[in-house]
Amino acid sequence: MQGAEILLQPGVWPRLFQGLWVTIWIAGVSVLLSIPVGLAVGWLMTLRNPIVRFIMRLYLDFIRIMPQLALLFIVFYGFARAWNLNLDATSSSLLVFVLWGGAELGDLVRGALESIPRSQYESSYVLGLSSWQTFTRVILPQAIRRMLPASVNLATRIVKTTSLVVLLGVVEVIKVGQQIIDANRFQFPTGTLWIYGVIFFMYFFVCWPLSIVARRLEKRWAHD
Amino acid sequence: MDWSFVTQYGPYFVNAAYMTVFISFWGVVLAIAVGLLCAAVEVGRIPVVHGIVRAYIELSRNTPLLVQLYFLYFGLPKLGVVLSSPACAIVGLAFLGGSYMSEALRGGFEAVPRVQLESAHVLGLTRVQTFSHVILPQALSTAIPGVVANIIFLIKESSVVSAIALADVMYVTKDLMGMYYDTYEALVLLVITYLVILLPISIIGTVLERRFDYARR
Repeated sequence: MQGAEILLQPGVWPRLFQGLWVTIWIAGVSVLLSIPVGLAVGWLMTLRNPIVRFIMRLYLDFIRIMPQLALLFIVFYGFARAWNLNLDATSSSLLVFVLWGGAELGDLVRGALESIPRSQYESSYVLGLSSWQTFTRVILPQAIRRMLPASVNLATRIVKTTSLVVLLGVVEVIKVGQQIIDANRFQFPTGTLWIYGVIFFMYFFVCWPLSIVARRLEKRWAHD
Repeated sequence: MDWSFVTQYGPYFVNAAYMTVFISFWGVVLAIAVGLLCAAVEVGRIPVVHGIVRAYIELSRNTPLLVQLYFLYFGLPKLGVVLSSPACAIVGLAFLGGSYMSEALRGGFEAVPRVQLESAHVLGLTRVQTFSHVILPQALSTAIPGVVANIIFLIKESSVVSAIALADVMYVTKDLMGMYYDTYEALVLLVITYLVILLPISIIGTVLERRFDYARR
């Protein structure tokens, strides 16, 4: 257990938690912004217009097939070159995560909307509900139940993917960890193990509760 | 677009693609092996091991690959376990992928109804026959879409191995952008390289899904 004393150094934990906060902030803002984008994308994907369908298909497939790190590179380095649009690392990552989260969530929204049987629409019509009432009172509650478990899982994926922003130079939990390791290189040469171990479990304790929530929701709503 | 750049540095991307494919290939193979083991333990409900496997699956699914790799590459040597970069990358992918593969395979096996087992028994099939002719085809049919999705996921995840000094596609892209400022060309080559690697796998996956979809054929 040699080198564990690095964790008792003053300032180590507060700094790590500050770093973790940056990670959570980026992930949280991305998830929040992904929701309206995802709803819009999902709605667009259910449209019958062939041009809209084709564009949405292309958007979704491109985002899906590219590694997230490649998308980050394209926005961070490519946009600056293409349009002289110098986004900083944090904004670039937010943009990528919202485009990616929006696409993935959009596909979930589409799946959920399409899974609602026609009879639900017809019954609402017969009952005299307006199309707005039909959507908000009948379709949406059922669609949300169907997509919520997968959406919570998507949120954990976004949190995990946030770790990549360190490669663009955002100072988040991993970068803070590296700074602590480097600052204590001579005093605690084996501190690396402990700091990365702590970061590993920090991510775990952020994502694990979300996974549990997703699983519970899935079980509870599986047979509705 | 500067085409001379493309022709001059295209070969770098070919080499880098080999690296990406090499790491992903072994990562995927090991991940499937780990996944099969874990799925067997979970389906068989083997007492103590079952708990360990569950813990492993939760740990692996809820942490990012990058942190796992940093731990393996920078952390473990402090305990005297020194792995080379490629070994770290492959072990990391197997650690991450094992849990995903296990969930997909377990889902496949659990989707086979008990009736199938009982009917096979009544028909006088031996245990081996039951497994190879009744259980496995049905389990695979359900598991294949998940397994293919996981393979593509792992290849995409392998893009972070550049962080532990492996010259994969991302690494070469960043290197060339830094050296020559030909950002466009490097990024276009990056996109093309990943499309060349991933599109065929995605298409083969769809074909396999159809081929093994016994329920719908």
